[in-house]
Amino acid sequence: MADTISAPRMLKALEAMCDIIETEKDYLSELDGAIGDGDHGVNMAKCFREVKKKLAESQGADMSTLFNNVGMVVLNSVGGAMGALYGTFFLKMAQESAGKGELALSDLVTMLQTAEQGILDIGKASPGDKTLLDTLAPAVRALEQSAKDGLALPEAMANFAQAAQKGMESTTDMLAKMGRASRLGERTIGHQDAGATSCYFILRALASAAK
Amino acid sequence: MKKFINDPYDVVDEMLEGFLDVHKKYVRKLDAARAVVRADGPVDGKVGVITGGGSGHKPAFIGFVGQGMLDAVAVGEIFTSPPPLACFEAAKAADGGKGVLFLLGNYAGDVMNFQLAADMAKAAGIPVEQVISTDDVGSGPKEEAHKRRGVVGAFFGWKVAGAKAAAGGSLEACKAAVEKVNANTRTLGVAISPCTVPAKGSPTFTLAEDEMEYAVGHHGEAGTAKINMMTADEVTEKMTLEVIDDLPFKTGDEVAVLINGLGGTPQLELYICYRKVKQMLADRQIKVGGSYVGEFFTGLEMAGFSVTLMKLDDELKELLAAPADTPCYKVLP
Repeated sequence: MADTISAPRMLKALEAMCDIIETEKDYLSELDGAIGDGDHGVNMAKCFREVKKKLAESQGADMSTLFNNVGMVVLNSVGGAMGALYGTFFLKMAQESAGKGELALSDLVTMLQTAEQGILDIGKASPGDKTLLDTLAPAVRALEQSAKDGLALPEAMANFAQAAQKGMESTTDMLAKMGRASRLGERTIGHQDAGATSCYFILRALASAAK
Repeated sequence: MKKFINDPYDVVDEMLEGFLDVHKKYVRKLDAARAVVRADGPVDGKVGVITGGGSGHKPAFIGFVGQGMLDAVAVGEIFTSPPPLACFEAAKAADGGKGVLFLLGNYAGDVMNFQLAADMAKAAGIPVEQVISTDDVGSGPKEEAHKRRGVVGAFFGWKVAGAKAAAGGSLEACKAAVEKVNANTRTLGVAISPCTVPAKGSPTFTLAEDEMEYAVGHHGEAGTAKINMMTADEVTEKMTLEVIDDLPFKTGDEVAVLINGLGGTPQLELYICYRKVKQMLADRQIKVGGSYVGEFFTGLEMAGFSVTLMKLDDELKELLAAPADTPCYKVLP
């Protein structure tokens, strides 16, 4: 239990992220297949295999370099909407962690706020549209609240992951308004969004760095 | 899944290896990213016309790279938009000093990745404009036409932009010409059997023996309804009426007609459908100023076709008739 996260600690969490995506790839494709084209798990796995290779070369890198390495690979390996969105997410995290050694809770709040804004700018979706933002936005709100309440970092990140999970689950009842799924209208209700689900796996892995 | 492929993850690169060898007179691949560009490009003093998107749409997009059409194409995985670096490298390689025009379909991934590439290009001093095509009347109501998918109508946009650029048109003039194409083009598609994305391994939708997917997308996106199988004349009439009513196309108009095979429908059937469209237009005294029948924009092995009409004026007729020399489409001078 620490009140900051070091770069080696974050590297471990990012490696764990790659493993989670690999493990869950069939589940993600299955979710996507219900209302999308069914390739989300395949593309995410392909992308995060590349990330894992890059992380193996990133031992000893500082925080910002770590996130930048991840962001560049995610952005430019597989493409698709997910490449643009998650690529932007990690590159914004890199931008906000520039020059920082260990991350305190206040640093993580700023980084995740900037990452959320980056996704809003590029994706043009709003919370409630049945996208990954429905996982990310409540998680960032929970982190802000935890910082305001003066919680310790591990507790704050546990709340962050829990809010992400609830946000992901909330997409089941939503009507898709973005992407290919949006053309299916009412048929999208009752299915948990694949992007919101992969976003939860990513955020849960990030939160694990504070354990 | 029965396909003549090797590792499903290698299909795009292996296809490119073959394509680039066959068509080396026309095209080459960049080293920096997966983008296919004119072998003789960039052309100095000419606007660069660029598109890109997921693979699996042969002959679109790379089959139309060459003189009088596209300068560069960013190549994605099957049905997956290419990453920003590929789009940006395509832009750099196509820039002849007069800027570049991005032409894209209305897909979330394409729009985002090209947006990121446009930011990179502008930062590198390359002027960028873009036009997003939205010709598929089956993908949304007319009131929300800006949300519709861009499908094979984009072919007219590539031809017109390429011709305008080759004639020395400015970036703004090329953009305006494609906007005119998009405003005057409408498409509707139908499928009778689905396609299978190699990395997924199962069909994009299922149909009973006597069913059609009506208003299907060219990635096998489900349409507005599954309807009972009809004869060529019946389904062509239903589709063409919807296309005519949407613009609407009126008596006295002159149009280009494009009957596009979606990958698994023989030309024999496409010509039968064309014949019905021609009869319907003649009944309404709409003149056919150009006819296009074949595969222009497919969805892997999907069986089906689409009907596209574009209302013509003198400028569009002239640009369609201008010379083009690409691997898969040629207009003799």
